[in-house]
Amino acid sequence: MKESAGTTGLILNEPLLWEKGKKGRCGFSLPRRDVEPSPPDEDLMGEGPDFPDLSEVDVVRHYTRLSQWNFGVDTGMYPLGSCTMKYNPKINEKQARLRGFSGAHPLLPADLSQGILKLMFELEGFLAQITGMDAVTLQPAAGAQGELAGMLLIHGYLKSKGRRRSKIIIPDTAHGTNPASAALCGFRPVPVKSGEQGILTPEAIIEVMDEDTAGIMVTNPNTLGLFEENIQKIAEIVHSKGGLVYCDGANMNALMGIAHMGKMGIDILHLNLHKTFSTPHGGGGPGSGPVCVRKYLKPFLPVPRVIRKDDRYSLSEDFPQSIGKLHAFYGNFGVMIKAYSYIRSMGPENLKKASQLAVLNANYIKERLKGIFHLPYDRPCMHECVFSDKFQNKQKITTLNMAKRLMDYGFHPPTIYFPLVVKGAIMIEPTETESKETLDLFIDACQAIADEAKTDPEVLRQAPTHCKVRSLDEAAAARRPCLTG
Amino acid sequence: MRYLPHTREDIDSMLQTVGVKRLDDLFSMVPENCRRTADLDLPDSLTEWELNALMEDLSAGIAVSPEYKVFMGAGSYEHYIPESVSYLLSRSEFVTSYTPYQPEMSQGTLQGIYEYQTLVSGLLGMETTNASLYDGASALAESLLMAVRITRKKTVAVSRLIHPLYRRVVQTYLEPTDYHMVELPCLENGQTDFSAVDGMGDLAAVAIQSPNFLGCIENLGAVGQKAHEKEALFITCFTEPLAYGLFKNPGSQGADIACGEGQSLGIPRSFGGPGLGIFATKKKYVRSMPGRLVGKTVDKDGKRGFVLTLSTREQHIRREKATSNICTNSSLCALTAAMYMASVGGTGMRELAALNHDKSEYLKKELTKAGFKTGFDSPTFNEFVVEFPEGFKKTHDRLLEKKIVAGLSLAAFYPELPNHYLLCVTETMTKADMDELVREVKS
Amino acid sequence: MKEISELNLPDDVRYSETHEWARLEGDTLRVGISDYAQDQIGDVVFVELPEAGDLFGKGEEFGSVESVKAVSELFMPVGGEILSVNADLEESPEKVNKSPYDEGWMIEVKIDDPTELDRLMTKEAYIEWLKGVE
Repeated sequence: MKESAGTTGLILNEPLLWEKGKKGRCGFSLPRRDVEPSPPDEDLMGEGPDFPDLSEVDVVRHYTRLSQWNFGVDTGMYPLGSCTMKYNPKINEKQARLRGFSGAHPLLPADLSQGILKLMFELEGFLAQITGMDAVTLQPAAGAQGELAGMLLIHGYLKSKGRRRSKIIIPDTAHGTNPASAALCGFRPVPVKSGEQGILTPEAIIEVMDEDTAGIMVTNPNTLGLFEENIQKIAEIVHSKGGLVYCDGANMNALMGIAHMGKMGIDILHLNLHKTFSTPHGGGGPGSGPVCVRKYLKPFLPVPRVIRKDDRYSLSEDFPQSIGKLHAFYGNFGVMIKAYSYIRSMGPENLKKASQLAVLNANYIKERLKGIFHLPYDRPCMHECVFSDKFQNKQKITTLNMAKRLMDYGFHPPTIYFPLVVKGAIMIEPTETESKETLDLFIDACQAIADEAKTDPEVLRQAPTHCKVRSLDEAAAARRPCLTG
Repeated sequence: MRYLPHTREDIDSMLQTVGVKRLDDLFSMVPENCRRTADLDLPDSLTEWELNALMEDLSAGIAVSPEYKVFMGAGSYEHYIPESVSYLLSRSEFVTSYTPYQPEMSQGTLQGIYEYQTLVSGLLGMETTNASLYDGASALAESLLMAVRITRKKTVAVSRLIHPLYRRVVQTYLEPTDYHMVELPCLENGQTDFSAVDGMGDLAAVAIQSPNFLGCIENLGAVGQKAHEKEALFITCFTEPLAYGLFKNPGSQGADIACGEGQSLGIPRSFGGPGLGIFATKKKYVRSMPGRLVGKTVDKDGKRGFVLTLSTREQHIRREKATSNICTNSSLCALTAAMYMASVGGTGMRELAALNHDKSEYLKKELTKAGFKTGFDSPTFNEFVVEFPEGFKKTHDRLLEKKIVAGLSLAAFYPELPNHYLLCVTETMTKADMDELVREVKS
Repeated sequence: MKEISELNLPDDVRYSETHEWARLEGDTLRVGISDYAQDQIGDVVFVELPEAGDLFGKGEEFGSVESVKAVSELFMPVGGEILSVNADLEESPEKVNKSPYDEGWMIEVKIDDPTELDRLMTKEAYIEWLKGVE
């Protein structure tokens, strides 16, 4: 193999913030005091926070060093399954920082925020077009809140028909957020197993779908990276009993310009702008989780809604059937700007191309790795593929060991131990922005690790050795939690 | 397209490995009836330079400082953000990483969040803070759900002076449940009337905001005592955490949960989002807490390190029995807040908070001198209510043309307060800006 | 993970299909989890136990054991009233790993129906059962 990227860099130590600094320093240019002091009543005053006092240099070095202990998409391949860690274009960051956007107060009169409202209105339209759905809300702040919005829409819609149902069908391959979101809405999850092919069968749905079931939460493509080929039939079954079909669109990156979610029979779909639409993950947020619906659910979408009348945009609360508000204001506008910029930069052909290449990359990895790792479902995959540690178990090497070893080769590990239906799962999503050379290096690293599992398993158990810290004692952290310093 | 690295040659050789002829063949498993028949109907792709022009144009007409003087807070505040903070936030190792599931490769984010948890706990006087939630509104909703879980009771008493938009989010979260929200009314002095708490049964929580939506400082200690007499959790909410640089913090007043919006701490307003949902509680409730937590531990060599911990509360493990469905939070905004707090420092926070207070007092005094009535007597931080004469709407509109936003009309939120406007003054307003405002509203 | 032959499975307790053990000590029954269970779970970081006085039927969930990345429910091997719980586990949950049958015990139960005890597995039966699980 070519030389791998993994090495030990110049990583500097850095104490905690309050282990440095000196009283009397300040890293902030305090604005001029041009009014007289008028302190409040003594009784009301507190002591103020006991923060460390640091200079600007202290702060800049501190966070620069911390940043160097992190691995991001800009550092290298980050094939975290179901997370779509694609490249985050830099130009989009610039747009979000434009003063007119970043400085805007959310309660400005509509006349003074037309550009923002226009952007939101158009983004809704783009997402409707890409998914094949009829209407969109941008309000949910993340995918999980999008799911909650979806459950509330189902609840609100059924209620408007005078119905209340207590159950919801959730396949065994679902993200953990699905049952948690459903439970928040008072729905009891009814698990259903995927068939031998790794996808749902109509028979399994017929068996559980009844008049007390509000619908199904299905992820398509599912978390095994497989397309739910029976989706239309499943939707029919659910609809015939008065239920609704919710689709977790976390994996939409496989389908842009190819599939039509509306035609599949999906009623509600959430997207993750921080996955499919290239907005950065920020170490775990902020994200954005728009929800797309069929026409008949539009009156139930969260308020306010952006509306257009004679080329003038405004925010309207006039939707009496709405499920209400999910966010204090309108959602994560800062994230929407980046997704909008991405869609405008890509255009229709490149969005489709992105999905095609994402699927090509995943299938290429699947083909090349399938002798190296055990592949439980050997079928054409979509944007990700799932292996297991079955071959390596003979040497008592687990998925965790191999994941940690990948770090030493300069790669972020894939998602591990998910989906739960595969024991010791290794879930790889390369995304379309990784080149063939990078994929080849990743495959070489996997091959080298599988070889080491046979010849030198101890090196895997000791991994990682190149990172800032070695493997961390998570049990001690959980037994006696220390959450503040 | 510059984000897509594949050459024609790459594609051909990869297709060959996969064993298909064309890219379209990769989608053979998508049934015909699930496919699009037409191409995507979207605008054509733009060059980087065209995109710049388009976005400049879209953002151009929006009322922002310094051209505009926006005397409006109401849950979204204009504060100076040090350039060093903005600069550090462009470190792509922070921006382009994900939730730190692999701690060895994410020590930067992890230590940063651990420091955030510590600094916020200090600011609020609380024992434990999580790694953040979406925004102030969802943090409040989550806090009420947590109180219901802990107390196994079903009624929550919520002050009418909590941000009206937050209360609407709470309503959305509670709608499908059998928990109910009772509203605590407003007193003449702009504080919450919590006398009704005495008569309430099955009470899980009493929630109050300070400074409240009218800008008034609440008597947190007294409300807390009342809540605890009823064996309910005492929840304090906030939209302007900078106030605790000067005023007593929630922890010192007996709060069981302190939650709210952290946008003030170095995060641009961005039309209301992303914000920072701050959520802090007592140690004894930590296992009922929603959201992620970072904890300190050691590595194999005994070296200090940080990990996500107590994950068994969370959705990816406990699924429908989780404390919340939250997964992604506002990690980068939490990091921003930590950078901001570290830059301003303890001494600086005190001075900055005092400056906000004193400037706002100045405007209050000048408006009173000019003959306008302040709405309420209670002490305030950097926001206060003025009752303008009838027909002030016209003046307000006229000032917009002069690029002054003279506060927020409260009529839409509190019909009982016509002609009342909520004004906000932060450190970004100069004496001259305020004098001009007074001159203009007088004329 | 341990092979079946490596497991510590004492003779003086009975085992349930959900991997709890039960040992009669005078009138009361002590309950914990087997060496197999603690090995499968890995490092125990938290044990959630009921309160004295709580009543449970056979097979009902009485608590849970948490590792870093999983939660496992605990089930009553027989029905009865909780007399006491092992408060030491709050501070030192690792005792479940280190000493599953002794210091890592979980609850003491006043049994409703002593004949239920006979339906639990002996060591030999449990080993056979484990072979089926593997």
